[in-house]
Amino acid sequence: MNNITEVKGRSLWSDARRRFFQNKAAVAGLIALTTIVLISFIGPYFAVWSNEEIDWDVMGSAATLGMPSFESGHYFGTDDLGRDLYSRVLQGTRVSLMVGVIGAGISVLVGTIYGTVAGYVGGRTDQIMMRTVDILMSIPFMFVIILLLVVFGRSIGMLFLGIGLLSWLDMSRIVRGQTLSLKNKEFVEAARATGVSTPTIIMRHIIPNLLGIVAIYATLLVPAMILTESFISFLGLGVQEPLTSWGALISEGAGTIRYDTEWQLIAPLIFFVITLFSFFFIGDGLRDALDPKDR
Amino acid sequence: MSEPILSVRDMAVHFDVRDDDAPGLLTKTKKLKAVDGVSFDLMAGETLGIVGESGCGKSTLARAIIRLVDATAGEAIWMGRDLLKLSDADMLAVRKDIQMIFQDPLASLNPRMTAGEIIAEPLKTHFKGMKKAERREKVQRMMEKVGMDPTLINRYPHEFSGGQCQRIGIARALITNPKLIICDEPVSALDVSVQAQVVNLLMKLQKELGISLLFIAHDLSVVKHISNRIMVLYFGNVVEVGTSKQVIEDPQHAYTKKLIASVPIPDPEKEMERRVERRAKRAAAAK
Amino acid sequence: MNILDVKNLSVKFDTPDGVVNAVNDVSFSLGEGKTLAIVGESGSGKSQTAFGILGLLPKNGHTAGSVKYMGTEILNLPEAEMNKYRANEIAMIFQDPMTSLNPYMRISKQLTEVLVYHKGMSQADALKESIRMLDAVQIPDAANRVRMYPHEFSGGMRQRVMIAMSLLCGPKLLIADEPTTALDVTVQAEIMDLLIDLQEDFGMAIILITHDMGIVAGSCEDTLVMFGGNVMEYQSTVDLFKNPQHPYTRGLLEAVPRLDQDVDTLSTVSYDFLTGAKS
Repeated sequence: MNNITEVKGRSLWSDARRRFFQNKAAVAGLIALTTIVLISFIGPYFAVWSNEEIDWDVMGSAATLGMPSFESGHYFGTDDLGRDLYSRVLQGTRVSLMVGVIGAGISVLVGTIYGTVAGYVGGRTDQIMMRTVDILMSIPFMFVIILLLVVFGRSIGMLFLGIGLLSWLDMSRIVRGQTLSLKNKEFVEAARATGVSTPTIIMRHIIPNLLGIVAIYATLLVPAMILTESFISFLGLGVQEPLTSWGALISEGAGTIRYDTEWQLIAPLIFFVITLFSFFFIGDGLRDALDPKDR
Repeated sequence: MSEPILSVRDMAVHFDVRDDDAPGLLTKTKKLKAVDGVSFDLMAGETLGIVGESGCGKSTLARAIIRLVDATAGEAIWMGRDLLKLSDADMLAVRKDIQMIFQDPLASLNPRMTAGEIIAEPLKTHFKGMKKAERREKVQRMMEKVGMDPTLINRYPHEFSGGQCQRIGIARALITNPKLIICDEPVSALDVSVQAQVVNLLMKLQKELGISLLFIAHDLSVVKHISNRIMVLYFGNVVEVGTSKQVIEDPQHAYTKKLIASVPIPDPEKEMERRVERRAKRAAAAK
Repeated sequence: MNILDVKNLSVKFDTPDGVVNAVNDVSFSLGEGKTLAIVGESGSGKSQTAFGILGLLPKNGHTAGSVKYMGTEILNLPEAEMNKYRANEIAMIFQDPMTSLNPYMRISKQLTEVLVYHKGMSQADALKESIRMLDAVQIPDAANRVRMYPHEFSGGMRQRVMIAMSLLCGPKLLIADEPTTALDVTVQAEIMDLLIDLQEDFGMAIILITHDMGIVAGSCEDTLVMFGGNVMEYQSTVDLFKNPQHPYTRGLLEAVPRLDQDVDTLSTVSYDFLTGAKS
């Protein structure tokens, strides 16, 4: 019986992968995003200036001497203080992406577990868990984060805490809804009839069937997190100097645009826009690839 | 065929459902009596067919026996012990002996698992110490037994046809060598040609392995073909039990009679006659 | 004159994996007031044939051949012209009546709308006519029930409402796609009897699409058996049951367990004819 050759199966994941790679917009998004991530990590090795260094020659005359040029080593020009914008944009990219990814990560982890347990256990537990989410949701999100940052001081840690605390709420609702419909599927009933334990059912039967929708939502959540962070930084409450982020850079660039230093706005904006578009395209592609209705 | 292996006594399953007609602002609930005092015996090696229209409680009854839903009252004596009173641990041991086959062949299989993983799940649950290789061999042998190509062990459910999926479901139910299989409408989602194959397979396996079947279906012709005895349910109550021959040829209850008169027979002349009869009966009832 | 003449109808779908031939070269004709059954298992193309005739295919579907309604070609007509036929001449009912009933609208509104829009009736006349039609499909207490919402009806009653709605404009042809598959056997018998009674009263032709040979036996003059998009057999129902010509038809008939017969093992459909036909 052991010498037969077994036919390899084609899992839903491999089907989805094939469909995803047939979607041109999604693949373009993936390539653009990968490029931006690579640039943000490899780029610093080609930088002449660090993100903190001030080019004293340029300081005070950024509009004329701080233009983007290869000769001076300021590939994207400098900011108003004479700091190298190339280095700053790359550093800001890393911060913003990190905020996005960590925020989405927390939301996936907490939201999925919370939502699955609430949905699968059901009854009173579900009621209590979901009403808690409702209450948390009714608290003005932005206000709490701003308050946290003002009271405990501006720090990346506090920013992560604030965003992470609230980002999982939507996710837990979505996951709970999905769990409710999965719970009544016959394959879950079959597992229960055989006597499979509840934790095993959740791990083996519920969560793998949720991952599709979680993945889709998570890719759409990353840009939402980035936007939140940018908004807070735009208000001047985000990451602390000398560190920076897209929001802070765009805010600075917008503030100085009347001094003819439009590159200070354009450089971070291009990164920002390309990344957001990429995430949305990828999210869209994932949805088309994973949507069970198309199967 | 003397001692029943399963005796169900006065089983009742009541659900609380929302009562939309109740006056007042608060949501009130009313009792829905899905199963309302059902008793029957199942002999070893016997097939008992359960028929009834949708909503008559036949599926709920089956689920209450293996405690997928909670019974409100009654008992289900399985080899001398009341299933409804067993502790979870004792019930787990019993589950090895009572397995279930479901209606929708595709929906009853987890789309993210391979055929092999699906069939092996009861083994993983009840024989925790079994080696992976041994499990695999058992699964492949079982696949052969239900008429599947064992090389397809790594395929996923969506790569199989409906009939093949139902075979996977049957293999999963048989892998722990159960004494009773509860079949909940196992062929009603299948095409006629596939239905015949699955019915034949179930009958063959039953003869070989000596298992008992509780065969739930709404199609009286299929039930009659596969069952030794038939039990007719109507609104949560048993209206008639008897051998297949008795129930079909000499129905006692009015509902059974109506049911038999409604089952279409693939014979144009007989069907015409039957329609004329039905029409006459309706005309008489209208007066 | 025949009410419907279908010649060499084929339906193709463009899919990412290439063109799928759902229906190949189907031909039949249907006389006024007659009933034709199209029988087949899932994937046989029986429903696609009906959708093709009515021009109801999804965007990636294409039809070829000829469909003449009372001698006029109606295949691939522009949407606007086809709509006239769909409303007044050819009606269709489906397996799940809820697909055609709006859950948020009273039955009265849904029925009268058809009459007001297509026949230009006044609201009061339309309501009267709707109640008359609900009576015709044997819905008890129609005058009061007409004000109910679809979910307040049982499955069988809902299908009766659907039938009433499809008959409002007095169609000459009714296409019923598995009208009783979702219903209980007892209700199925009632609905089938009703359809035949209505056919006698209204004199329309019916195309009944089904997988159940038993239903065909009781209600149709002619039967067309389909498999894999092709016609296997097309002849009068009585002859088809008495003396099936095609091995597939024979297989189908023998694979069904019957209430009036006993067999030890069900025979299964043999697909030898597929390889036999090719070589």
